[in-house]
Amino acid sequence: MEYFLSEQQKTLKGLARQIAEQRILPVRAELDEREEFPWDLIKEMASSDLLRVFIPEEYDGLGGGCFDLCLVVEELSRVCGGIAISYAASALGVLPLILYGNDAQKSKYLPAVASGSRLAAFAVTEATAGSDASAIRTSARRDGDHYVLNGTKQFITNGGEAEIYTVVVMTDAAKGSRGASALVVEKGTPGFTFGKKEKKMGIRSSATRELVFRDCRVPVENLISREGMGFIVAMRTLDRSRPGVGAQALGIAQGALEAAAEYAQQRVQFGHPISTIQAVQHMLANMATELEAARALVYATARTIDAGARSFTEESAMAKLFASDMAMRVTTDAVQILAGAGYMRDYPVEKMMRDAKITQIYEGTNQVIRNAIALEVLKRKAKQG
Amino acid sequence: MNVIVCIKQVPAKIKIEIDPKTGTLASGGVDRAINPPDLYALEEGIRIKERTKGKVTVLTIGPAKADESLREAIGYGADEAILLSDPAFEGSDTWATSHVLAKAIKKSGQFDLVLCGKQSIDGETGQVGPMLAEALGVPFVSLVNKIEELGQISIKVMRMSDEGHQLIEMMLPGVINVVKEINVPRIPSLRGLMVAKKAKVPVWNAQELGIDPAVVGSAGSPTRVAKVFFPQRPGKSEMLQGNPESQVDQLLEKLRQTKAI
Repeated sequence: MEYFLSEQQKTLKGLARQIAEQRILPVRAELDEREEFPWDLIKEMASSDLLRVFIPEEYDGLGGGCFDLCLVVEELSRVCGGIAISYAASALGVLPLILYGNDAQKSKYLPAVASGSRLAAFAVTEATAGSDASAIRTSARRDGDHYVLNGTKQFITNGGEAEIYTVVVMTDAAKGSRGASALVVEKGTPGFTFGKKEKKMGIRSSATRELVFRDCRVPVENLISREGMGFIVAMRTLDRSRPGVGAQALGIAQGALEAAAEYAQQRVQFGHPISTIQAVQHMLANMATELEAARALVYATARTIDAGARSFTEESAMAKLFASDMAMRVTTDAVQILAGAGYMRDYPVEKMMRDAKITQIYEGTNQVIRNAIALEVLKRKAKQG
Repeated sequence: MNVIVCIKQVPAKIKIEIDPKTGTLASGGVDRAINPPDLYALEEGIRIKERTKGKVTVLTIGPAKADESLREAIGYGADEAILLSDPAFEGSDTWATSHVLAKAIKKSGQFDLVLCGKQSIDGETGQVGPMLAEALGVPFVSLVNKIEELGQISIKVMRMSDEGHQLIEMMLPGVINVVKEINVPRIPSLRGLMVAKKAKVPVWNAQELGIDPAVVGSAGSPTRVAKVFFPQRPGKSEMLQGNPESQVDQLLEKLRQTKAI
């Protein structure tokens, strides 16, 4: 479908595809196998200005919006969802700063992320708190002009590799989610260490680690917005980042559809390519149709956000939900079309199926995402009376 | 150091169609891109510029559409690009092409080094580099896989040949063509590509280059294509049967029969 991208967006998409095909494609299987973080590729993306895309122009960025970021994430994910998420997680990590940071904080951290010399990460999840952000246990006690942090964050994408962490902590546990605050913590701060690196089902080239805080002293000027705003900061950040997860799902599904269509035309059974079998054709047709529907929703949501809509929690949640469920179905069907070959790690589709699964889980499981959508539907009905 | 890089726009697709009657490429409607071997020359030119604080000028001969490839070259990091375009250039062979390039290089001012790719992936002749050096009256080294030393008046390069490597010192100005072993071309930057979109890419025609239309294009090209055809491969293969010992005996017998041994 023609989405009428601007000249700059076409250039951006083309460049992301060039990096994906020339640099990522030759190493994706090996990075997945070895669970190795792709620093060389991050540097390559940085020198091509891809890490500037999501940073405002006044902080050495290119001032791209949600849609520009989605286009890059989709193209990278078409080849490797794991590398794409390492890129997207840095955008997620600085989003709280872009949305709520003051000028001093932005000037201090954003140019380094734009140039690619430092990566960022966003940390909410803990052993007892995921969908339920009010259950956060990591505490930040005010002590003079510092906060003293204690606790452990879990499953943090870019953990250990990033230099800049936006962390949601409890400054007043008695207030529940209203007692949460967001802080910037730099790698190397005394008392801030990393726990084990997780072994994952998919997106295995990305780094996922625990962040461990033991009497870690963080200057008060690292507080993003005000005390008690942590939950709001986190929710608004996720509203903006969820279309990016949708874009990741689009890319993974696109890669799987292309691999399935190519294989179906090559694989000969009963004297003909299996693409001539109607059962296979209908699978391909459903995959392509669902993918395009998801793309239309993700793009429309990203454009809604960029156009300055005030509230987009529902749209953003729908884009993530629909695209990730689609990606799981499409990648599963791609494995089915490749059949025995599809199940083997010599072919790329089993990795795509493993990579797709996480899109249904992170930045809100698709179950809690449905709750958020239902809440908006019911609120609207209640208002209408 | 002033570096000139000569590029060619070629069909971008790997699966290209060949006209079965004439044996030539059916290039109509195909997406076009910078000739991949030229990207190594461009990358090397940009690296020299970065080391020496010099300038890279990219030249190509082609229709108006070739402007896209020149802008792409600016996106990679070239400073200037000039399109050499004139209906009179159509059908130029390597001789006429070299003539046009030489005129343009002389017109563009003082230069130290001209870089070309080893050959184009469509014509595959590899003749333009050496012919260009001849037309410019400067020395030439082919198949360079490494620039060992870059001096003010000379350059030391490693040349790959079938027999091994040759270390050659060449006086400047001069022309070299490079092989893919010389570097890994960078990916262009987004800001570079955005600058490239707005860059001025002048077009020089035959008149501006002071070229007599009779000496270029089909008319000025001495190359005559007698026939283009698909090669026939009448090769036969035979699988030897039996255990390894008997296969060795059979093989020796066949080699003796054919007087190979």
